[in-house]
This record gives sequence, structure tokens and C-alpha cells, in this order.
Amino acid sequence: MTPAVARLEPPTQVRLRLNDEAVAATVENRVTLLDWLRERATLTGTKKGCNEGACGACTVLIDGKRMNACLTLLVQCEGKQVTTVEGLAGQDGSLHPVQQAFIDNDAFQCGYCTPGQVISAVACIEEGHATDEASVREWMSGNICRCSSYPQITAAVLDAAKRMGRT
Amino acid sequence: MRNFQYAAPESPELAIAALGDPEASVIAGGTELLNWMRLGIVRPAKLVDVGRISALDRIASADGHIEIGARATLNDVGEHPLVRTHAAVLSQACLKAASAQVRNRATLGGNVLQKTRCTYFRADAPLPWGCNKREPGTGCAALHGHNDRHAIFGWTDICVATQPSDPAVALACLDAEANVLGPGGTRSIAMTDFHVTPAEAQTDGDGADAAQVETRLQPGEIITGYRIPMRDGERSAYIKVRERDSFEYALVAAAATVMVTDGRIARARLALGSVAQKPWRLHQAEDALVGAEVRRDAIEPAIRTAMGDARPLEHNAYKVELSVKAALRALLAAGGQS
Repeated sequence: MTPAVARLEPPTQVRLRLNDEAVAATVENRVTLLDWLRERATLTGTKKGCNEGACGACTVLIDGKRMNACLTLLVQCEGKQVTTVEGLAGQDGSLHPVQQAFIDNDAFQCGYCTPGQVISAVACIEEGHATDEASVREWMSGNICRCSSYPQITAAVLDAAKRMGRT
Repeated sequence: MRNFQYAAPESPELAIAALGDPEASVIAGGTELLNWMRLGIVRPAKLVDVGRISALDRIASADGHIEIGARATLNDVGEHPLVRTHAAVLSQACLKAASAQVRNRATLGGNVLQKTRCTYFRADAPLPWGCNKREPGTGCAALHGHNDRHAIFGWTDICVATQPSDPAVALACLDAEANVLGPGGTRSIAMTDFHVTPAEAQTDGDGADAAQVETRLQPGEIITGYRIPMRDGERSAYIKVRERDSFEYALVAAAATVMVTDGRIARARLALGSVAQKPWRLHQAEDALVGAEVRRDAIEPAIRTAMGDARPLEHNAYKVELSVKAALRALLAAGGQS
């Protein structure tokens, strides 16, 4: 008697640019960008919080736009440019102005949400939404901080925007 | 999540061909579908990704309409100058939905196909309670349960869910049409008639599966875009009432358009969100408002009368009063009086 076997779907090869390097991956279609980053690309800066798009801890840039990596399949990233928090600092280790502003403004406590906050802030500033406190609060609302460092995070985003000449 | 086949066709026609498989689902942004798959709400054997069909990204004006491709994201729609100028209610509805990063994935095509936020529905399989949407014939736990977020119009004993989409309310208020492509070719569906309440589904004879019928989109069909009439002199606004100011679903939402001539309403349209499984147009109020001044005391009675046939459940009578006030505020805001 032939044993029952689960149907095996063929894996898919995906080519993308990850933090400015060309990479190729062969994955099951169901693997999310988030799980692939953490488990296969060993870039654990991107955090897994809610895994349903509600917390923003997994925010990355895809073709320059901030998105939830938990709501993205890796197979949907074919040909895309993905930037994680590891890709923000310069080659020499010099911090991105947003990273420096988060340090200078004490914009974290436990730090778990911080990579997502920093990536989201980079995009928020780039979009032109870091104009005042109310706008930052509205456009950063997709990043939850359970330590509630919101006043410091808001200050850091506005401070970084100022340093970058984007207010 | 069980594994699946994956196809990324490069044209709408190829997508329709790939969707010929009855176990296939469409994926665009994936902000809903992946969560349904995690909860066991759906288990597609194949995903057809429309993400490479760049022809569906377009936002442009053509012969008196704004045309929006189904793959345009909520941020792209909300921030587009054409939409801001001629359909402010849709811009506001898009930008008040979800969060900035979700809105960069979520598309206008997928958004109107989102499912209810009912907590009895959105739970891990197997469910410990009845839900006719998940398993026809098992009952509706919300009917006599925690139903403060549920419907006040169009519900029946089989289901009391609401449709939570913000853009859908704006599209219904604007008399927009969805362009649909399927194996039989193209057709359009008025956004006032796109969603279906359980009462309508049962009237249509959908039998035991009536609670699972949520739209008039047929299996194998996809939304390719929308057409929104542009009307000179008309203004619009969206009011979303919720328990926190951002990144939260509506308790009640209201969309309004108004054209004012010589200080009086020449034409108004009103639609409520999160009160039924479809955007709920207040046609009776729209008719009664013609000729009224855009003043709170002049317009509130018409709205209140139109809410007279609401049927609240045990815990959501507050939605009736909230709807009156939200519709009133939306109309005043559209008329520049807020």
C-alpha cells in the first residue's frame, strides 16, 4: 500500500536586491519576507511581533516604500529592492541620521519595536510627512511601542527630519 | 499555513485564465489574504498574484470620470491630486484606513473585498462556537453574544456582520462603478450594489451558504478598476468615528457629497460604514435634503428620520445615534460648515 504523502508544491527561485546586494533564494511559496529575512538571510534586526500587520515591528522598505514584511510573501519580492534596518548605516558603521536621532532622544526602552520604528521613520521623513507632531503621530501610527515611548519617538523623528533638512 | 502553487501572470487576461482553477485565490497586497490563510478562513491550493500587472496601477481622468486601477494602493489613491480635488471623500477614507505601511501594500481592488472584523469570525480554526460564515449551518455566535460592533441594517439570524472597508463607503457615496473582468468578459457593478447583506443573500436564494455571500463578484472574476463620476461644484467629506484616532477600524463612518446652489442643497448623497455588510446609502434623507440650507438644525431631522428603520442588536443601539451625528458632521464638512 502506498503511504499517503502531502502534496509537495515546487519551490520558487526568487532574485532580489537585499540591502544593495543581489541575492537569490529558493523557497516554498508560503514563506513570508519576514520569516525569510530572519531564518534564512539571518538578518534578525527585522522583528516578528504580531505577524498580522498590526504592530509594525517587521517594517522594511520595498523599492523605497515602507511595508509590513509579515504581509509580504518572498515570492512577491522578485526583482525588488529590499532594505532592512541592517542596511541603513554607512559602510564605515556611521549611523543613519534617524538612528542617531533615536539615540539622542532616548526614543526606546526595551528596543523590540525600534528597528521597525527607525525604518518607518526613514520613510515617513522621505514621504514629507514629518512636518509637525500631529503629522508624525498620524503617519507613524502603524508602529506600536508597548513601552509607550511615543513622545520620545515623535521627537526623534522630527529631530532627524530637521537634521536631514526635511521639515 | 499550507503550501500552495504560485503564479504571477503579466496581464489581466492571463490572470483570469489562471483563476480557472476553482481552488485558486487572487493575491494583490496580501494584507487580508495572508491573515485569512493563517486563521484557516481560506485554504487556497494556488495563488494568482496580480502584482506584475502594471497596467492596473493607473490613476487618471477620462471623459468626466476618475479611473483608478485596482492595483493602486490606498496611499497612492489617497494622496493623488485628482482624487484629493474631485473625490475628497475617497482620499480621506483611504488615508484613514489602516496604517501607512499597510496602505503601501493594500490595494483599492482588494480593500473592498476585506472580510468582517467580527471576533467570532476571525478566530483560529477549529472554532469553538458557531459561525455561518466559516461553517454554514453552525449558527451565529454574535447574534446573542458580544455584538456591540455588529450590524444595525440588513442582518438576519444567520449573520450580523458588518463590512469594515472605508474606501467602499466613499465609492458607494460617489456612485462609483467597479470594472470587473471574468471568463465571460467585462462588466461593471455599481458600488452601491457590489456588497450584499445577509438579508439580500437569503432573498437571492443562496440557501445554506447565504452567510458566505458578501459581494456580487462571481468566482473567477477580478476587479480591474473603478470609474468615479466627477461632478463640477460638488464637495465631499468622510468622517470616521473610532476608539482611537489612528490605525483603528470604525465604530461608524459616514461619507457625504453635497452640491450647494444659492445657499441650499441641490443634491446630497450620504453613505454609512460599519452599520451593515454593505455601505448603507441614506436615499430617503438624500431626497428630503434637497432645498435645505447647510445648517445643523435644517439637515438633522432628515437624517434622523432616515435612520428610523435601523434594527439594533442587544449591544449596539449606540450606533443609531452615532450614525446620525456622523452623517450630520460629514454633510456639514462637505458643505464647508464644520
